[in-house]
Parts: sequence; structure tokens; C-alpha cells
Amino acid sequence: MIEVRNLTKQYGSKTAVKNISFSVNEGEILGFLGPNGAGKSTTMNMLTGYISSTSGIAKINGIDILEDPISAKKCIGYLPEKPPVYGDMTVKEYLNFVYKLKKSKLPRESHLAEICELVKITDVKNRLIRNLSKGYQQRVGFAQALVGNPGVLILDEPTVGLDPKQIIEIRTLIKRLGKHHTVILSSHILPEVQAVCDRIVVISSGSIVANDTTDALARNLSSDHKLVVRSEGNPEEIKKLLSGIQGMERVHINREAEPGVYEFFLEAKQGADIRRDVSKKLSSRNYPILLMKSNELTLEEIFLKLTTGDNYGGLEKYEKALDSKEKESGK
Amino acid sequence: MFAIMKRELLSYFTSPLGYVFIAVFYLFSGIFLFLFTLTSQSADMSYVYTGMFFVMLIMIPILTMRLMAEENKQKTDQLLLTSPVSLPRLVMGKFLSAFAILLICMLIFLVYGIVLSCFASVNWAVILGNIVGMLLLGALCVSAGLFVSTLTENQMIAAVGSIGLNIAFILVDSFASVMPTKFLQEVIYSLSFFSRYNEFTIGIFSLSNIFFFASVAFIFLFLTVRVLEKRRWS
Ligand SMILES: Nc1ncnc2c1ncn2[C@@H]1O[C@H](COP(=O)(O)OP(=O)(O)OP(=O)(O)O)[C@@H](O)[C@H]1O
Ligand SMILES: [Mg+2]
Repeated sequence: MIEVRNLTKQYGSKTAVKNISFSVNEGEILGFLGPNGAGKSTTMNMLTGYISSTSGIAKINGIDILEDPISAKKCIGYLPEKPPVYGDMTVKEYLNFVYKLKKSKLPRESHLAEICELVKITDVKNRLIRNLSKGYQQRVGFAQALVGNPGVLILDEPTVGLDPKQIIEIRTLIKRLGKHHTVILSSHILPEVQAVCDRIVVISSGSIVANDTTDALARNLSSDHKLVVRSEGNPEEIKKLLSGIQGMERVHINREAEPGVYEFFLEAKQGADIRRDVSKKLSSRNYPILLMKSNELTLEEIFLKLTTGDNYGGLEKYEKALDSKEKESGK
Repeated sequence: MFAIMKRELLSYFTSPLGYVFIAVFYLFSGIFLFLFTLTSQSADMSYVYTGMFFVMLIMIPILTMRLMAEENKQKTDQLLLTSPVSLPRLVMGKFLSAFAILLICMLIFLVYGIVLSCFASVNWAVILGNIVGMLLLGALCVSAGLFVSTLTENQMIAAVGSIGLNIAFILVDSFASVMPTKFLQEVIYSLSFFSRYNEFTIGIFSLSNIFFFASVAFIFLFLTVRVLEKRRWS
């Protein structure tokens, strides 16, 4: 179990982490999501006792990391941003060293062999770490976090530098570990967090902007009541027509998608389903519907929305960005 | 603590540093033995020990430069500082690894003693006393070097910094002579590393000297722990 209350970290005058609170239960995987420089690594460094907090409390299995660091650290496996491996040791020597450092009581040979199998580094066991590729070093770093089978795993961007196959394997491994461990993993890759985590905390410039289950986050922020429609005809007339629909709040002519075909953004009251009305209205005047899709946000858009503080028209922005890109490449 | 010590020793001997250090140490002691003892046809090794004073002050920083600086640079300190090891134990582990190398270096003086005893009568108490003296000086230099190494990420800076610090130790004497009052002169003189060390070389084995070196070494180890602690709070 991890409990964080009003945690703040200040570097001189710069506040890297502002007063954040959350908790992670046993058997839960928490995704820590945020853009570069949001304060993810800083938070993790505070949780693991590498740096101290300016104020606030971090408890691991009920033990305050600053009051009784040794007992708290015994429960933690930490994979920092840069894997803390020694280039001048072989993988085997390194894991033996970590085993002793963590004062693990598990049977050494079998425990380490098992870990090597889990992260697939058995074949490089006798090679010097500095001669391993980045991805393998990352795996050795992951193996290090698993030594001693700690109840709490704190993983800072665990899949960085891995190949796609290994990414899937590590995700599956994390999911499996998550059943009996408390896991926090940070990432800026949304599909990853979506695939692995039960709950997501979104952090942006040091503050938490969302903390919810993965599904709820997608549901709450997505907008079933927002539609994108393309139709052929006089845009102003269509706009007028659609504006008359019960519950419609806003109709916006976005652009001319094809010659004579216009794209509209429709926004109705929260919870209203306007698809049928739109269809009926348009066909009553013989305006063909060439496209209708609900403006459901992907996690990427939710993410952008939360972290840029823009709560309106995330998709419009997104599409505009795409448009300008198309134009550029068209040149 | 012993895990950390063992790791450091391993890395001394996977890189050539450990071998080279020991070889150069043996070389210098051999040169001194040849110049001061063998050519003068005496079994008195006191000049050899005096020479080793300067060799150790200059060479030990090379041994200690990477102890913490390299951890800081490679971010492997994240592993050490987030594992269930207390800071004093961590620092002790580092200290003992370099100290163990010094112990290996000291073996050569036992060999010299045995060789000399074949040709002349040798005072073993003086030889052993000197080995203790050199180890005490070594302990001081290692802890001072470890302290400087903790302050930086750059091995070169760590080496230059601790050589500078050690030269300052040597210069303590010169300050004594320019002090205006007798009292100040005596205070500074009592801090003189060289004169205290020199007492070992001429066969004086005083507790106050042992206590002096041991406590200065302890102060530097303590400061190292404080620096590591302080860094977390910055
Ligand atoms: N030692 C330090 N001194 C001063 N500022 C720091 C220090 N470490 C981090 N910061 C600042 O704190 C903020 C948060 O950094 P942090 O490394 O936690 O971000 P992050 O979320 O992990 O980003 P990334 O996705 O790039 O890993 C950044 O603005 C960074 O510049
Ligand atoms: Mg980071």
C-alpha cells in the first residue's frame, strides 16, 4: 500500500511537485501519467526515499519513508528513470550484489534464476553490463527491482527502450505482478497505461489534474453528445436547420472537407442523444449525410485536454493541427 | 556494508586501477628502499617511511576518486540510496574497499623486513609500528578522498580536489613557522600531520598520534555521511 498526502518538492524557487495526494491499494496498478517535466520522476524519488520531500507525507505499507527509511525501503523495488546498473559487472554479479544489498532471505540461486527468466536475461547472464544494448540494460534494471520480491513496485517508465515484443511481455508481467503487489508505473504513453493500469493519475506541471479508474476517465471526459457531421449543401442553411434541434447547444461549421461538402461540429446538452434528430432533419431537406461520428475522445485527447487546461473543443484543435500538417506535406 | 565493499574491490580489479596502484606503490617503496637503505648499508628503514608519507598523500586520491563520483554520474547512487542500507554503512563499505587495497600494499613492508632480517638484525616492533602508522595515515587520506569524491560527479575533479586537500595537510607545518605568537605556533604544530607521522618513522608509537589520525579520519567519514544526507534535502 502506498499513501501520499500533500507531498511537495521544491528545488530552490522552482516547485517540481505541488501538494499532491493519492493512494494505491494492494493488488492495484496505478498509472502515473504526465508530459515531460511534470514531476513524475521527482514524485517517485520521494516515494523511494532517494530525495526527501519539502513537505507532506509518503507512507509505504504504513511506514513513513522519512521516519523509518530502512524498513520502508525493504518493501520497495524501484526502477529509476535510468537503470542503476554497474557497467563493470556481469549481470549475474550485479544481481548477486543487489540480492545482498537488499538482504533478501529468499533462496538465492533459484530466486535470481526465476527473475532472469521473467525478464528474459538468462542468456546474457555472464556478460558485462556495459556491453549490453540499452534494452537489455533496461531489463537488468527491471530485474533489480524484482530482487527480494518486494511488495511495492515503483517503476519509472519501465518499457522505455524495449522492442515491441518485449514491451508486450513486460506489460503482461507487470499486470501479473499487479495481482499481488502494489505497483506504480509512470509513462507518457497512453495506450500503455490504458492497457496495464487499473487507475490513472494524471499530473501536469507538478499538480494532479485527474485521478480516476481508466474506464471512468475515458467515460467522463469523452463526449457522446458531441458529433462530427459532414453533409453536402449550403452550410449556412444546414447550420440553421441543425440549430433548431431540441437540446442543441452549438453548431460550428468547421471547414469544407470536399468541394461542396462541409464538416460541422455539433454539441448538444450533456447526455442528449441527437443522432436520430440530426439524421431526420437533414434527410427531410435532402441533405445527404456523408459522415457522422461521435466526437469520442481518445485518451490522447483527454490527456491533452487535461494537461493543456483546454476544456473546450479538444478535437477541433486536434483536427486543425492535422490539417495544417496535411497542408505542409502537400506543398 | 560488506556487499558494497566487495563490489568496490571487484571493480578495482576488473579495471586495471587496483593492479596499477599496488604496482606503483611497490615500485616507489622499492626505489626508496634501494636509495635510503640498501645503498647506505643499513637496516634502518626510517627514510623509506618518510618517503612513503608523500607517496601516499599524492597517490591515494587516485584510489578514492571514483568511489562516489562515479555513482553520482551513472546515477547508480539511486540503487544504493533506495536500498535498505543506512548511510554510515554505505560510507563504511566504500571506505573499507580502498582501505583493503592499502592493506595489500602494506604487505611489501613485511617482505622487506624478512629480506633485511637475513642480512642484519631487524627491529620488528619498529616495522610493525610503521605499518600501523602508514595505515593510519592511509585511513585519513582515504576518508578525505571519499569525502571529496562525494561532492562531485567528475572523477578528475575529485582526484585534483583531494590531492589539493592533502597538500594542504603537508603545508600545515609551514604555517607554524610564520605564526606570530608561540602559542599559535604550538597549536598549529600540534595539528602537523608530518611531525606526527614522523614520530612513527623514528620508532615512537604514541597513543595521541594514533588518536589524532583516527579522529581526523572519522571526521571526514562523518562529513561524507552528512553530505549524502544533505543532498537529499536540497
Ligand atoms: N535536481 C533538480 N534541480 C532542479 N530542478 C529539478 C531537479 N530535478 C528535477 N527538476 C525539475 O523538476 C521538474 C520535474 O522533473 P521530473 O524529472 O520529475 O519530470 P518527469 O515527469 O519525470 O519528466 P520526464 O517525463 O521527462 O521524465 C522539471 O521541471 C525539472 O526541471
Ligand atoms: Mg521522468
